Amino acid sequence: MYKYNDFDEAFVRERVAQFRGQVERRIDGSLTEDEFKPLRLMNGLYLQLHAYMLRVAVPYGTLNSKQMDMLAHLAETYDKGYGHFTTRQNIQYNWPELRDVPDMLSDLADVEMHAIQTSGNTIRNVTADHFAGAAADEVADPRPVAELLRQWSTDHPEFQFLPRKFKLAVTGAAADRAVIKAHDIGIRILERDGVRGYEILVGGGLGRTPMIGKVLHDFLPEADLLPFIEATVSVWNRLGRRDNKYKARIKITVHEHGIEEIRRLVDERFAEIRPTFNGVDQEVLREIEAQFAAPEFRTDGVDDYDIAYADNPLFRSWADTNLSEHRADGYAIVSISIKKHGATPGDATADQMRVMADLARKYGHDELRISHEQNVILPHVHKSDLPALYLALRAADLATANIGLASDIIACPGMDYCALATARSIPVAQEIATRFDELKIEHDIGALKIKISGCINACGHHHVGHIGILGLDRAGVENYQITLGGDHTETAAVGERAGPGFSADDIVPAIERLVLGYMDLRDSADETFIETYRRLGAVPFKDILYPKEAANAA
Amino acid sequence: MARAFTPKVITSNLLLSGDAVWFTANDTWSGDIAEAEFLTDEAHAELRLLEANAQTGVMVGAYLADAKLGDAGPVPTHFREDFRTRGPSNYAHGKQVETNV
Repeated sequence: MYKYNDFDEAFVRERVAQFRGQVERRIDGSLTEDEFKPLRLMNGLYLQLHAYMLRVAVPYGTLNSKQMDMLAHLAETYDKGYGHFTTRQNIQYNWPELRDVPDMLSDLADVEMHAIQTSGNTIRNVTADHFAGAAADEVADPRPVAELLRQWSTDHPEFQFLPRKFKLAVTGAAADRAVIKAHDIGIRILERDGVRGYEILVGGGLGRTPMIGKVLHDFLPEADLLPFIEATVSVWNRLGRRDNKYKARIKITVHEHGIEEIRRLVDERFAEIRPTFNGVDQEVLREIEAQFAAPEFRTDGVDDYDIAYADNPLFRSWADTNLSEHRADGYAIVSISIKKHGATPGDATADQMRVMADLARKYGHDELRISHEQNVILPHVHKSDLPALYLALRAADLATANIGLASDIIACPGMDYCALATARSIPVAQEIATRFDELKIEHDIGALKIKISGCINACGHHHVGHIGILGLDRAGVENYQITLGGDHTETAAVGERAGPGFSADDIVPAIERLVLGYMDLRDSADETFIETYRRLGAVPFKDILYPKEAANAA
Repeated sequence: MARAFTPKVITSNLLLSGDAVWFTANDTWSGDIAEAEFLTDEAHAELRLLEANAQTGVMVGAYLADAKLGDAGPVPTHFREDFRTRGPSNYAHGKQVETNV
């Protein structure tokens, strides 16, 4: 994992001290709210419906056990005993008091963490594949590139007042687990004839105008990465629509000017700035890469795992659902579900965080990841340790076997917390998960991505859910619109709106009807929801959702 | 034609705690919307909003929110404002369990 150098340490400490002074000056009246607001946002502090909210960056979703322990400490000391893991691999605290925030940031600095650029019109936390460094299908670990981009973008003087926020995601695998096609810039590490390079996508994004990213460069040489990304952000910084915040994101710039013109402008800018990159960035990248060297994997036998798998049906169910293939023999990637049926997606208590930190220390080479799907990953666990790990997870109420299933729902905080929300999302997620648990059919349903946003800004990624749910305010009442056929992976697609929205009372029965209907439509138990949807199109699914309209048309 | 004025209360969040509060007829902030000044006249409401917004050392972002008169005083008419009087629905946190300022 990356270790702060003296510069990083001093920079983060200085920012904490600055913010402490800014908070004091706001409280004593020297700063107005208009002056203070951009300063607090720069440090991840929002004012929401019921309280302040502090968003802490988890760079590319990677944590060590000490950091996870500190997140638990923050939850317990300054909040109500829990934290909320977000769809951008960050963590949010929903109840801090203004006076405590500088202390929270100071505690975070003790473990090389911060909340810098988790808000505002800047380059935000760089996200990455949550299986980075562990996945069997990976060309290279994307985190060194993500860390390089984090260092480059933090306090970058040219990019502190961008037209709007800017989000980068990096993957090193062909299977896209980082939703790179729905980011302002998506980066995929490739290898061609033994030479490493990058595919660069631009102009993806969800929100009001969802777009799938377009290829800006199909194979960028390794040494050109930073100047090329800088050129791209620079072109958008000049062209981006500052007159209208709904048209300010780069996806609109690309849409309005066309990818060819954007490519021409980026190449032009790249030619200008490339000579100013003298190779230091590549040296830094090599140093960072060394810090991300894989742990020394054990070569023990896996008999204990095989015995538990054969003997214990609960362990087997959990293993079949929550483990992924690791690149090292005898190892597995463990996804810890933070989606217990009926609980709030992404919320973990301080005690649970400590348990996960402890398990990472004991069994996981001290590494944890936060996924954009709001789960926690132990990327490197030897299979012989899995039975013991499973028992510890069960004891901490963290052994829900539902990864990738109907109840593994992404949900934004929605109107239970968020000042921008137009409807609640958490209760809808809770009720859907509870319902499918009652029916005991989610393992029969198979792979299904349900994603819920409480407003058009789409933090809950509803556009790319197989089933997307968008909460809206329709004439003063919560109303839920369904989209179908979205896909967040390398075959990314924006879902299609199914029809009129449903009331808060009707949305869960509608989802149940839809999923049961799919089970009748699929050609075998192996055909997933999205495969059936692609085979048959939207019509039969709409007929299930709106039976009356279907009957009238018949 | 301009839309007819509907009754309002003034609400904001406290600077230190972020807690949702309502502006009373005595120029104080209460955690209970029932204690808010019920504003039925548009010109008076605008004036009171100016006065509320002057208290920048106490609260953040005062605005007018629709309300109607209940048995004990003003109550919200929109679900968003209703949630602000209670707290989130996923935990017994916030006003629904805590005594207010």
